[in-house]
Amino acid sequence: MATKKENLKEVVELLRRMWLIRAFEEKVSALYAERQIVGLLHLGIGQEAVAVGALSLLHDDDYVYGGHRSHGHAIAKGADINKLMAEIAGRATGYCGGKGGSMHIVAKECGFITATGVVGGTIPLALGAAFASKERKKGQVAAVFFGDGAGQAGPFHESLNIASLWRLPVIFICENNGYAEFTPLSAHTKIERLAQHAKTYGIPASTLDGNDLFAVRNAMTKAVANCRAGKGPVFVECLTHRMRGHYEGDPAKYRELSQLAEWKKKDPIARVARMLRSKQAITDKELKAMESKARTLVEKAAKFSLSSPWPADGSLTSQVYKTT
Amino acid sequence: MPEQTYLDAIRAALEEELRRDSAVYIFGEDVALGGPFGVTKGLAETFGVHRLVNTPISEATVMGITIGAASAGLRPVVEIMFIDFITLAMDQLVNHAAKLHYMSGGQLSIPLTVRIQCGISGAMGAHHSQSLEAWLAHVPGLKVVMPANPADAKGLLKSAIRDDNPVVFIEHRGLYRTKGEVPDGETAVPIGKAAVLRQGEQITIVALSSMAGPALAAAKELEADGISAEVIDPRTISPLDIETIASSVKKTGRMIVVHEAVEQGGIGAEIVARIQREAFYYLDSPIARVAAPFAPVPASPTLENQFLPSKDKIVEAARVALTHG
Repeated sequence: MATKKENLKEVVELLRRMWLIRAFEEKVSALYAERQIVGLLHLGIGQEAVAVGALSLLHDDDYVYGGHRSHGHAIAKGADINKLMAEIAGRATGYCGGKGGSMHIVAKECGFITATGVVGGTIPLALGAAFASKERKKGQVAAVFFGDGAGQAGPFHESLNIASLWRLPVIFICENNGYAEFTPLSAHTKIERLAQHAKTYGIPASTLDGNDLFAVRNAMTKAVANCRAGKGPVFVECLTHRMRGHYEGDPAKYRELSQLAEWKKKDPIARVARMLRSKQAITDKELKAMESKARTLVEKAAKFSLSSPWPADGSLTSQVYKTT
Repeated sequence: MPEQTYLDAIRAALEEELRRDSAVYIFGEDVALGGPFGVTKGLAETFGVHRLVNTPISEATVMGITIGAASAGLRPVVEIMFIDFITLAMDQLVNHAAKLHYMSGGQLSIPLTVRIQCGISGAMGAHHSQSLEAWLAHVPGLKVVMPANPADAKGLLKSAIRDDNPVVFIEHRGLYRTKGEVPDGETAVPIGKAAVLRQGEQITIVALSSMAGPALAAAKELEADGISAEVIDPRTISPLDIETIASSVKKTGRMIVVHEAVEQGGIGAEIVARIQREAFYYLDSPIARVAAPFAPVPASPTLENQFLPSKDKIVEAARVALTHG
């Protein structure tokens, strides 16, 4: 639940951002089903509170790194949804001119530095940005998102060790959604909470309800303050659940239906909406209008994307090297 | 021109670039202590340990850190102590350093230099002696240079550090103590330009890195028999300066490619394929490769010696080539 400190007007804006992500992802899913978008898509429907809660505390010049399930992170950092959807659709007007795609979003203008197709692959990159920030002494921080599947990879542990050793201003944001691809975390490790690894390396760490926007905000507020004060890294483990399969087209038969129903009750958007209603900070009509506005915006983004040109001839082998 | 060792020339390039540009940082195991061969010796005393960053033995992550730092405005030089350990860092190097400029549609650039030493020297066995440059040259987005002498070592390293792309700078451990003339002052050698080490008329010997020395010795021996050999050092293997090699082959009509890496899938195969396209009708004999056999590098000095290409093997290949046409 929201603390007294939360400014309700700000919370309304955060809810608006969560709705934008939800509507965006649902539209991408629909376009994928119609084969208007192709490729390998990993959606984070149900995980919006982590992205919005965490990134609402960062500045434009802070560095953010994502993983393979990062459309929401980019939007939460302020990415333009037209350019984002066009990129996912492989068009010339996309952020990366169609060369990156869903798993390789870069929106440098707003500090979303890169996503990656390699599980946990951006964790070391975030340390590098944090190293540069520390040397520049302007109080910038780096934040990196990854899932529970990354916790069993070598560079995850190497990164915790080095971030701690060098006191780097980096925030590790683990979206523990319980599944590494098709397999539950319990089948991959005896360590139930990834925060435990961080503690082993001497990094302050907490595990919280990742579907609670305010829990994420509270932990991130402390984490950002810690980093900006030069006190070194922080690890925030957010327990959450993706409401879709690992990728679009994955029937997710490994998941119990009862489990899905349980998580639906914890829908992060509905929870914030209920809170705002209970505080009379928003009306039902306004809530409906908010959802409908988000859907209108993503319809426009879809129209923009699908009417955009494909990458031009000659773009195939351009930008392999920086030439100027 | 003053004489310098290959190792001192590398150190001089690092020192000059650290002084010239405050964005240059050096990362690696023991770099603040000079490293196992003394390449970075004394630099921490001059520039401080914040710019000579000693790292744990975590190649995969350290490579990623330097890529992230490069994308955030630094110009890092990362040392991988032996090329055999680049295996551990390949994910970050291949999937991020090489591709981020392209995948981001030009939004990001990665001005990163990866210093690695390679090759056979001192019977160190299969995990401290390999030549894996062909793997790296296969990756779009990376530049790969292999200097064979002190002047090129210094000049190419300065160019690598100033390049806005990831450049893998491969040193040969066996060359560290070799001496050569190194010009004073601004000595940047362009990436992507081969050097003609010796002019000749009847056969072109393309020799990479440590093989330039044996190739020059072979050319001298062939000269005594009245055979005029041209020796070319590609210096950069990606992008490859095929024009210089092709124009030589068009003159001589014969070619041998020499490298210390195993023959199968080596960079020699790429050079041969491109020369047959560029100069097919000028060839008077099949192109030969002189390279290591398809085996891991053995530890025993006698086996190691058999493994290595040599002056005698180059001379023999040249004589066979001259029997054609």
